[in-house]
Amino acid sequence: MFNPLESAPPLWHNGPVPGAFYNFPGTQRIPAANPITHTQSPVTTSTSIIAITYDKGVLIAGDLVASYGSLARYRNCPRVIEVNPNIILGAGGDYADFQYVKSFIEQKIIDEDCLDDGLKMKPKSLYCWLTRIMYQRRSKLDPFWNNLVVGGLQDGVPFLGTIDKLGTAYTDKVICTGYGAHIALPILRDALDKKTNLNLNDAKALIKRCMEVLFYRDARSFPKYQLGIIDKDDGVKIEGPLTVEENWNIAYMT
Amino acid sequence: MMMQTEMNAYYPDYSTAPIQRQINPYADNGGSVVAIAGNDFVVVGADTRLSSGFSIYTRNQNKLFPMSDTTVLGCAGCWCDTLTLTRILKSRMQMYQQEHNKQMSTTACAQMLSTMLYYKRFFPYYISNILVGLDNEGKGCVYSYDPIGHCEKATYRAGGSAGALLQPLLDNQIGQKNLVKPSSEDLSQEKALAILKDVFIAAAERDIYTGDSVLINIITKDGTKVETFELRKD
Repeated sequence: MFNPLESAPPLWHNGPVPGAFYNFPGTQRIPAANPITHTQSPVTTSTSIIAITYDKGVLIAGDLVASYGSLARYRNCPRVIEVNPNIILGAGGDYADFQYVKSFIEQKIIDEDCLDDGLKMKPKSLYCWLTRIMYQRRSKLDPFWNNLVVGGLQDGVPFLGTIDKLGTAYTDKVICTGYGAHIALPILRDALDKKTNLNLNDAKALIKRCMEVLFYRDARSFPKYQLGIIDKDDGVKIEGPLTVEENWNIAYMT
Repeated sequence: MMMQTEMNAYYPDYSTAPIQRQINPYADNGGSVVAIAGNDFVVVGADTRLSSGFSIYTRNQNKLFPMSDTTVLGCAGCWCDTLTLTRILKSRMQMYQQEHNKQMSTTACAQMLSTMLYYKRFFPYYISNILVGLDNEGKGCVYSYDPIGHCEKATYRAGGSAGALLQPLLDNQIGQKNLVKPSSEDLSQEKALAILKDVFIAAAERDIYTGDSVLINIITKDGTKVETFELRKD
């Protein structure tokens, strides 16, 4: 008889076991007759978001791939969006959850438009509202598996904040999620230490550099990405798909 | 023997058990709070580092929340719980003000916090809270809490990630414990502030969740004064 407990160990952590069926995404099967539990794990996932404020606005960048485990499954999944003329939003993590979150944010914007009071939602309001939504879902132990990055102009002043799946929220001048928190964030913080007040071109060059480094080092990344810009003078623009300039010459060993 | 084998056969494709990955609703975001009370003042400091594991989320996060003109709450622990608790507390303070046409006293606020924490006894806010303020006589007071609402009044307290590291230091320096010649002088504001800064420097050396800078609130009958103090940033 085949007993999984006595068989060979998995090939890698949560990986396939020789002689057993591969159970993707490698979560554990537990015996039935447990109390009711809300269950969720991310399935189709996207990777880092990197964001930075500059003197007159905010930049948010994220690549276009949505992965199914280690498989780069969907290669054109935009995840930097314009919410309204005051706000842009970037999201990482589960893509289905993001699409759902996006749908009710869009509904909220429509509802506010219908009031016809001439007021547009500001980034702090959306940031606060999303924090409450993420916290409420984590309290039901059924979280939205996302890292959300809210950027915008709060009465002309650049605003950048982030919320994770627990409802942990904070604002800063630079924010990176996922792998970017380990690789891009030190680059951006270092640049900001050297020059505190960046202009649009400085910020753009930095983001371009970070997306390049992330593409080389993050195995779940992709060379096509979007760049969301919100500027005091030029308003909102979602640029892309932009391409990382690849150079693999250095990789050849002769 | 054969029968038993067939009964225990393993068919992974036909398993009816749910696939489960339980999420952990809590995070340890670190941070330390230190409070010292004197006869006519109270000082409270919290570091400004917000972190998770080996990542620093931000180096500039205020963890001191003014509740009234004479009361301040310092929070360390799970940041998402802190955001929620302080938001509810703030609205409760406002409701009290509008109902009674006066600000809630520090003692009443201390009791309310305990009640609010215990209300969530079976799904607690994972925060170590330190509430400071001036009592009705204008004397400085410090209340410290565990996550489920146990409350103790003290004159000095350290809490958060470096709490266990700093409390014995405060016992010695402020409580005059284990000294051959304890001083009988009243604690001055300058001395309290100097000790507060020193203990944070000590904590930043040993605790990776404490650092970047300290935000200090000094509460006297004249109001609250805010000060910052830089710590090591590695």
